[in-house]
Amino acid sequence: MNAKQKSNADHYVNPAPFDPRSIEKLTPDQEAVYLASQTKLMWWKFKRHKLAVFCGIFLLLMYLMAAFAEFLAPYNLESRNSKYIYAPPQSINLFHEGEFIGPFVYDYKKELDLETLQRVYKPDETKLIKLEFFCSGDEYLFWGFYPADNHLICANIDQPVFLLGADRLGRDLLSRILYGSRISLTIGLVGIMISFVLGITIGGLAGYYGGWVDLVVQRLIEVIQSLPTLPLWLVLAAIMPANWSPILIYFGITVILGLIDWTGLARAVRSKLLALREEDYVLAARMMGASPARIIGLHLVPGFMSHLIASATITIPTMILGETALSFLGLGLRSPTVSWGVLLNEAQNIQVVALTPWLILPVVPVILVILAFNFFGDGLRDAADPYG
Amino acid sequence: MLGYILKRILYMVPTLVLTSMLVFFLIELPPGDYFETYVNELIAAGETVDPRQIEFLRQEYGFDRPVWERYVIWATGMLQGDFGYSFEYELPVREVIGDRLIFTIIVTFFTIIFTWLIAFPIGIYSATHQYSWGDYGLTFLGLLGLATPNFLLALIMMYLANQWFGTAIGGLVDPQYVDQPLSWAKFLSVMEHLWIPVIVIGTSGTAAMIRRVRANLLDELRKPYVTTARAKGVPETKGLMKYPFRMSLNFFIADIGSILPQVISGAEIVAIVLSLETTGPLLIQALQSQDMYLAGSFLMLLAFLTVIGVLISDIALGFLDPRIRLQGGVSR
Repeated sequence: MNAKQKSNADHYVNPAPFDPRSIEKLTPDQEAVYLASQTKLMWWKFKRHKLAVFCGIFLLLMYLMAAFAEFLAPYNLESRNSKYIYAPPQSINLFHEGEFIGPFVYDYKKELDLETLQRVYKPDETKLIKLEFFCSGDEYLFWGFYPADNHLICANIDQPVFLLGADRLGRDLLSRILYGSRISLTIGLVGIMISFVLGITIGGLAGYYGGWVDLVVQRLIEVIQSLPTLPLWLVLAAIMPANWSPILIYFGITVILGLIDWTGLARAVRSKLLALREEDYVLAARMMGASPARIIGLHLVPGFMSHLIASATITIPTMILGETALSFLGLGLRSPTVSWGVLLNEAQNIQVVALTPWLILPVVPVILVILAFNFFGDGLRDAADPYG
Repeated sequence: MLGYILKRILYMVPTLVLTSMLVFFLIELPPGDYFETYVNELIAAGETVDPRQIEFLRQEYGFDRPVWERYVIWATGMLQGDFGYSFEYELPVREVIGDRLIFTIIVTFFTIIFTWLIAFPIGIYSATHQYSWGDYGLTFLGLLGLATPNFLLALIMMYLANQWFGTAIGGLVDPQYVDQPLSWAKFLSVMEHLWIPVIVIGTSGTAAMIRRVRANLLDELRKPYVTTARAKGVPETKGLMKYPFRMSLNFFIADIGSILPQVISGAEIVAIVLSLETTGPLLIQALQSQDMYLAGSFLMLLAFLTVIGVLISDIALGFLDPRIRLQGGVSR
């Protein structure tokens, strides 16, 4: 008796009120996670992929650049300067003989190599050309509407500046790359939209109906996938009449790229639908008399839309490369339309690599954009499944 | 096993029939035909054309018949090894294609071997050293190969090869061997030229391959049996090579089917830049002059190559993995 009392006295009991459900309660942090919407979860997951975020920002900047090409480009697309044919790139300097001057370039010193009859340009260390910002230069119609003549960088007309060199007509390569980005960057987006629509419709039909529809679609996909892409593009590109306007050819090429690309998406849609159509909520919708189009479009597709977008992002580079390849072969866009592929078309032979290597520069944005799309797509794909 | 192979071969038939229809439809699509192009060319060159002669040629080649009839003639001809007649070369298509197809097959074969040789070790390294600098660096290198347009890489490599090793520019053999019969010296010369297209085409495929080897091997490495093996003290290399690696081999062979079209289409454009005597340049020319039987039979042969590739990979998989053989399906 005595011992029990003693032990009771020794035993410490917390006088504070006790809540038996305390463990189940969530901290504010946890609560935020549990209550977050799916989009929010995806965004959080995406943000953790630093490289993907960086690439996303980079791509955004590239598209902005394409949008404001007229302003950013030092010259207009077609302005040529016959005195500066094949002028090499100039480097921007800040100091001249130890003295700070601000951004400037050295003028060219032109010589004619009497043996090869080739123009040789060397920087003339005595003549400085100061770069000006937000000054007026070539006149243009901004977005085809507003007349303006402001450029980010320019020098005066007598002493043009070619930061990335000039081509065979003395046109500024930097300006041409900037203008070319419009077509090269959008062609993938338009193409992917076409392949998206085709992929969801055809894959949706195959997955939802199954049976012989599925069988035919499966074989069709197999056939298209067994044909090498490039010859197929070539055949389709050869179909386009040569007298089409540049705009029509542009759309023609996007259609071609989309027509061949949809198979992968259709397969993904089909396999997802095959799994999802057995779900109870689909049965419920069908019992209520919903049409197949409504069930596919409203109930099934949104369930894996994020996956589709992610996998579509990863195929955009294929399209950009496809356009480049077609234009390079002269079967895609042709001058005077500019895209990166058209610019590279001029760098087609070995002389260019040997003598005027700066004409290969349009390949740099191509590589960067493709890399960026790859990493960005990777991030999206991880984020598409935020619970994993 | 025999039943499985037979079934696979039977599956090829509808695919090939559909492919031939698609190809024929595609080459029929452009308005006009070869004779129109031909007449225009003659007129442009200032020559007079006898319309009756053209009409005769049209009838001779069956251009006055309905489309489906021509398709049947073309398709049945191909079954008997008659690929039609090339108007431009004025030779049977088979003779025009012959050598070039062999060169295409050689380039493709070596490219695939090259891709494997590169992608395999890198994929394994990346999987076993996940998230290390080596993993990131090698993956990035692979992606860089993917992102660089093939034709440009070909140009630059050709220039460098000429500068450093004095390899003759263009072609698949040195000029002096062009019309020579195959000899050891010619073979060596081919090998000397082959590495450029092989590397150029190979680089574009390795990135995807590395990624998939890595992903497959990672999935396998996470499985409990690997942990068990490690806990029991199985050496790392053996624990990697004995089971996880073999499991990821499966997908590797399944991949032949999808890698072939990719390699062939890469080979086409590189061939044009490097002026290799493969099918690429010929195909483009045929397409531009609407030499339709040449173009059509070409596409068909390329498609046939990939279908055969898929067949081989399916059969190899059947040998490797009894589950596939018994269930009759390959999951990709």
